[in-house]
Amino acid sequence: MSAAPADLPDRGGLNADVLSADARREALALLGLCSPGIVLVGIIIVLPIGWLFWLSLFDETGMLSGANYARVVEQASYVRTFITTFEVAFIVTGLCVLLGYPLAYMLSQLPRRAASICLIFVILPFWTSVLVRTYAWLVILQRKGLLNTWLMDLGVISQPLPLAHNFTGVLIGMTHILLPFLVLPLYASMKAIDADYLRAAMNLGAPPTATFWQIFFPLSLPGLAAGVVIVFILCLGFFVTPALMGGGKVIMWAMRMEQTTSLYSNWGAGSALGVVLLAVTLGLLGVFRWLLGARATSAWGAR
Amino acid sequence: MSIARSAPPINIRGIAKRFGSVPVLSDLNLDVAPGEFLTLLGPSGSGKTTLLMILAGFVRANAGSIGIGGEEVIAKPPHKRNIGMVFQNYALFPHMNVFHNIAFPLKQRRTPAAETAERVEKALDLVQLQGLADRRVDQLSGGQRQRVALARAIVFEPRIVLMDEPLSALDKGLREHMQIELRSLHRRLGMTTVYVTHDQREAITMSDRIAVMNKGRIEQLDRPETLYARPRTRFVAGFIGESNFIPVECRNDSVWYAAKRVYTASPLPSPGRHWLVVRPERVRLAANAEPDANANLLDATVRDVVYQGDSFICYATLADGQQIALRDYCRGDVLTLLPGAGQPVRLRIEPEDAILLADEI
Repeated sequence: MSAAPADLPDRGGLNADVLSADARREALALLGLCSPGIVLVGIIIVLPIGWLFWLSLFDETGMLSGANYARVVEQASYVRTFITTFEVAFIVTGLCVLLGYPLAYMLSQLPRRAASICLIFVILPFWTSVLVRTYAWLVILQRKGLLNTWLMDLGVISQPLPLAHNFTGVLIGMTHILLPFLVLPLYASMKAIDADYLRAAMNLGAPPTATFWQIFFPLSLPGLAAGVVIVFILCLGFFVTPALMGGGKVIMWAMRMEQTTSLYSNWGAGSALGVVLLAVTLGLLGVFRWLLGARATSAWGAR
Repeated sequence: MSIARSAPPINIRGIAKRFGSVPVLSDLNLDVAPGEFLTLLGPSGSGKTTLLMILAGFVRANAGSIGIGGEEVIAKPPHKRNIGMVFQNYALFPHMNVFHNIAFPLKQRRTPAAETAERVEKALDLVQLQGLADRRVDQLSGGQRQRVALARAIVFEPRIVLMDEPLSALDKGLREHMQIELRSLHRRLGMTTVYVTHDQREAITMSDRIAVMNKGRIEQLDRPETLYARPRTRFVAGFIGESNFIPVECRNDSVWYAAKRVYTASPLPSPGRHWLVVRPERVRLAANAEPDANANLLDATVRDVVYQGDSFICYATLADGQQIALRDYCRGDVLTLLPGAGQPVRLRIEPEDAILLADEI
């Protein structure tokens, strides 16, 4: 890109006007090429969010007020929803890390062919609708579902386990649906770790466990951070699975928004909830960057 | 830092390695003397890197034995072998700075912090990187990374150091500088060193001995001078330096090229077809009148003369179309006396420079 201001032609130099006209033309052409993208981003992101923000500033009577935001902070039920949402997000993210890290590690160490076959099993659920998968979990986990029937028939338990229509059900369903979002970036970053680093560590006297914790794990952190951020953010806004698996007992932020808008038709309050979620999410992303950024960039910088 | 006192020999016996059904090494034997700088030289796919990986313990051989100072290590895991290694891409840990990279092997050996700091400092001195301990790896130049990798490989005083084409990523000037530096470092520390390269010039510059590898076998193991002056196979003659190959025949207890008798200092081979190998710098231009019964005189036509600054190469064609190259230094008025393309010349080869090699299958 020669349109950078640093290399503007010298004023008064040989052919300076021709060269600066050329630079202007190039800058315009680039702007032209970018314009469809800019327009699209404006229409589908900037405009709706601006509108959302605008709506949130008006109360039910159509008066400009901060009532919508005041309610979010003051009403106990909103605060409870807020806490539940973060509780679910933290636990689901934790479960995804516990299940996903070993899975991604295994995938990254498998021979290429076996790894691509196993990867299909990770990606396959992606092609099925979230709704279908959630109902499938209901079939398996509910009171008279597959799992409880089998366990009772086998005599392992006498009372059905409460696995669906509660907090546990929400966790199981969400972890299943969000796991690939953690595994895929993690797998990619693990694949990018040069085997020579591990060889070098062993050669220098590090036993396998030390090699893993001192070399492999720190080098996989950028991928883990990416996966954790994606899963956590998706958790915060999740609707379908908690709504179905929670049986009305687990109210998450997105469900509260749905109630407010479709049940009470209070668009201002719903918008305020959206704005708060957006702000908190952005704030968390900032904290993530700040916490993991330094390590992540130092690990990626050498590539 | 002194390693010399305990530098052990390496005895490699009957190493065989297949990848799937493809044999990479077959029944390979090699003895490396204590404190020796031995180079494994060969084209890619010759098995040299595989042999190094087996020595380091990263690749499991199908059969064979590796003795280090008399101790069998073939089944020892890599972290218990106490061998330093410099990798082709250096494999410096990107999430650690220079200090922590070099301290890594000491940390694994639970060296006290004060001693670690002292030894890292010494190692940095040794590779002339004083004051760079706090640098991040990605802030280093290629040459500096190379030195850090070297410091890391010797800081724990291993008795054996392996190097896998450590200089191949550096540009020419730096590479030649590092060759001399590695050589003198080896002389000072005296560790038994196995060095892998595909660069014959590098091998000749640095090594005590060179093992030329081809298709999973060692073709010739010799001192660089011997390897260059007396290659034993056509492959070695072709791989080390430049060579003219002239087909000759042995009959009636003498060697013949076309209808000319060839004088050679090589022992007389069995009857049949052979190769006469002559280094280009051993071919001389002879004055036309010069009669000499003991030297080989060949009539040729100059095809091209290529000027290369310090030297020139003259490509000539013998009477039967055989190509031959001649190299000499550009001193004095050599160039002006040189015949131009298309002119006839007489070439002279001394008997001791005419090497006879068996015609390979």
